[in-house]
Amino acid sequence: MTQVDSKPICFRGTPVSPGFARGCLVILDEAVPTPTRTRGTADEERTSLQDAIAQARDALAQLMAATDDSEAEAILSFQSEMLDDEVVTAPAFDAIMTGVAAEAAWNAALEEQIREYREAEDSYFRARASDLCDMRDRVMRQLCGATSATIPAGAIVVANDLPPSRFLEIAWDGGGAVLFEGSPNSHVAMLARARGVPMIVGLERGALQGHQEAIMDSVNGMLIASPDAAATAAYEEQQKLAAQAQAEEAGYLETPAATADGTRVQVLINVADGTELDRVDPAHCDGIGLVRTELLLRTMADLLDEEKQFLAYRRIMLWAQGKSVTIRTLDAGGDKPIPGYTVDGEGNPFLGIRGVRLSLQHPQVLVTQLRALARAATFGPLKIMVPMITAPRELDQVRALLETAVKDLRQTDVPCAMPQLGMMVEVPAAALAVDTFAADFYSIGSNDLIQYVTACSRDSSPLAPLQDPLQPAVLRLIREVVQHADRQQTAVSLCGDMASDTRCIAALLDAGMRCLSVAPAALGRVKGVVAHYRVGRMAAGDVQGGHS
Amino acid sequence: MNTTSTSVAQDAVLQRGEARLIHEGGLHARPSIKVTKLSKRFQSRVWIGLSPNGPWTDAKSIARVMAMKTPINTTIHFAAEGEDAERAVRALVALVEGDFVDAPDDAS
Repeated sequence: MTQVDSKPICFRGTPVSPGFARGCLVILDEAVPTPTRTRGTADEERTSLQDAIAQARDALAQLMAATDDSEAEAILSFQSEMLDDEVVTAPAFDAIMTGVAAEAAWNAALEEQIREYREAEDSYFRARASDLCDMRDRVMRQLCGATSATIPAGAIVVANDLPPSRFLEIAWDGGGAVLFEGSPNSHVAMLARARGVPMIVGLERGALQGHQEAIMDSVNGMLIASPDAAATAAYEEQQKLAAQAQAEEAGYLETPAATADGTRVQVLINVADGTELDRVDPAHCDGIGLVRTELLLRTMADLLDEEKQFLAYRRIMLWAQGKSVTIRTLDAGGDKPIPGYTVDGEGNPFLGIRGVRLSLQHPQVLVTQLRALARAATFGPLKIMVPMITAPRELDQVRALLETAVKDLRQTDVPCAMPQLGMMVEVPAAALAVDTFAADFYSIGSNDLIQYVTACSRDSSPLAPLQDPLQPAVLRLIREVVQHADRQQTAVSLCGDMASDTRCIAALLDAGMRCLSVAPAALGRVKGVVAHYRVGRMAAGDVQGGHS
Repeated sequence: MNTTSTSVAQDAVLQRGEARLIHEGGLHARPSIKVTKLSKRFQSRVWIGLSPNGPWTDAKSIARVMAMKTPINTTIHFAAEGEDAERAVRALVALVEGDFVDAPDDAS
C-alpha cells in the first residue's frame, strides 16, 4: 500500500457474514441532521410531518420494488407498516398541536418506542430498535431536507450501526461492512448473509480517522486499516486459500463421492419443505435421503388432503430424475407440534407420543399419507421411512396399512406402486435389537439417537459437551447397525447432523457407513472430506472414542 | 377450526376464535405484519389477545401487535365486531394455523 503517514493497525470484531474485502475505507457518521428549518404554525408543522412521513413511505416502497429477496422486503415492509400505524404517529401530531416543532415532536414520539425495544429481554426484539431508528431518521432527513452521503462502490464501510434501508442503498460490489454496534441477529446482518456481503459487528473502538485503505477479513473477524506490504500479502494468501477451498468443494460437487482408495460413498440430501430443491442440481447428489414431511404438512387439513400431498411428493420425485428418494412419514410431536394432531401438555414430549406412535393413534392420517406416497412411487424409486420405531410390531402395523392402501388403490384403478418400507434407527431399543425388525432399509437418525443414548435434551446448551457424537457409545451403536445391515445385505444410511459434520465423517466411514444424507449446502464439503479418506486407515476392531 | 360465535350477553356481537402459534421464534416482525395487513382488509374492529378474557389489543396496529412479544406455542385469541367480523376471525385463525404460509401479503 502507498499510505506513508499511517501505520497498519488491526481491529477485532465478531464476524457475522463471512468473506474478504479490500478497498477504500469510508467512515460513516450520519448523525441525525441538526434541524435548520424554522418552526411554522401548528398547521404548517403538521403538514410538514405528514409530507415527510409520506415521502419516507414512498422511498421505502421504491427500495422494496428494487429488491428481490424476501428478507429485505420483510424488513422494509415492517418500517412501512409502522409509518402507517397511528399508534406510532399520533403522539407526534398531538404534540405538534400543543406547539412543539415537527422534528422535536417526531423524535420524542419515537423515543419511547425505541427505548422499549432496546430494553427488551429477547435479543430479537432488542435488534428491532435499530429498525425503528432507521425509520425515525429517514423521516427526519425528509423533514430537514438532508440527503445521505454517497458511498463509492466496493468500499469498506465503517459505521456505528447500519440501518437496513441504508444497507440496501449501497453498491457493495466486493466491499464490506464493519459496525461498532450491531448483533448477529440484526436485520442488517441477515441481509449481509443473504447477499454474501462480508460483515463484522462489535468492532473494538479505536482511531480510524485518517486511514484511507483497509482490508477486511470477516472469517477471522479482523479489520486492518492502512495495511502494509506484509499485511496485504497475508491477506492475499488467506483469500487465495479460501477461494481454493471453495473451488475444491465446487470441484467435488460435480462428481460422485469416493474415498482416496476408490470406495464409492453415496451422498444424498435432506429436504425440509422442498424449497431447497430449487438451489440444488440433482446431478450433484445420489438422491434424497430424508424428506421431513412434518415441515411440508403443517395443518390438520393438510394431513387429510391426499391430493395435495400426492402433488407435493410427485414434485420431489420429478426433481430427483429417477434417483432414490426416501420420504419419512409424519414425525410430529416432540418439538414439532401440529395443532389438533399432536398431544398437548405432555410432561416429557421427546419421550412421549411422537413419530410412529402418534401415527398409529391416527390411522386415517397415516393411511392418507401412505396412499399419496404409493401414488407418487410411480414417478421413481420412492422409499417410505418410519420414524421413532421402538418395537417390531409398530413397523409390522405400518406395513399392513401400506399393503391395504396399495390394494385399495389398485382396486379403484388408481396408478400406484408398492414402495420399500424402512425404519429410522433413533431409539436405542431399536439400535440394540436391530436384527429383530423386518425393515427393507435402515436410516440412522443420529440427532435423536444421541439425545436418547446420552439422556441429554437436544435443546439444552449446558449439556452440549455430553452430547459428543464421537463418543464410543454412539459410534458402537452405529457400527453394530451397519454390520447387521451388511450381513443382511440391507441398505443403511445416516441422516442426522453427524453426516454433514466434517469432524464426524471419518468416524462414520470407519464404522462402515457408506451412505450419508446431508444438508444441501454441505454436499461439496462432505464429498471433499470423503475424497481424502482411506478405507482401512484404522485397524480393525472396536471403534475408539475421542477422535478430536 | 376453532371459530365460534358466542351468545354471552356481554359480548353478544363479538366473533371469536383461537389458534396455536407454531411459528419458529414467535410473533416476530414478518408474521406480525401479516396479521395487521390481513386485519386491515376487514371493516370490522379486530382485536388480538393471549387469553379469552383479554386484555385485547388492536390487531390493526403493528406497534401494538409486536409489543405483545408473543412466543411460539402460545394460543392466540381473536375477537372482532362488525359486519364482516366472522370472516375476519376465520381468516386470522387460518393464517395462524397455517403458520403464515400462504397468507396474502397485500391489503390493497
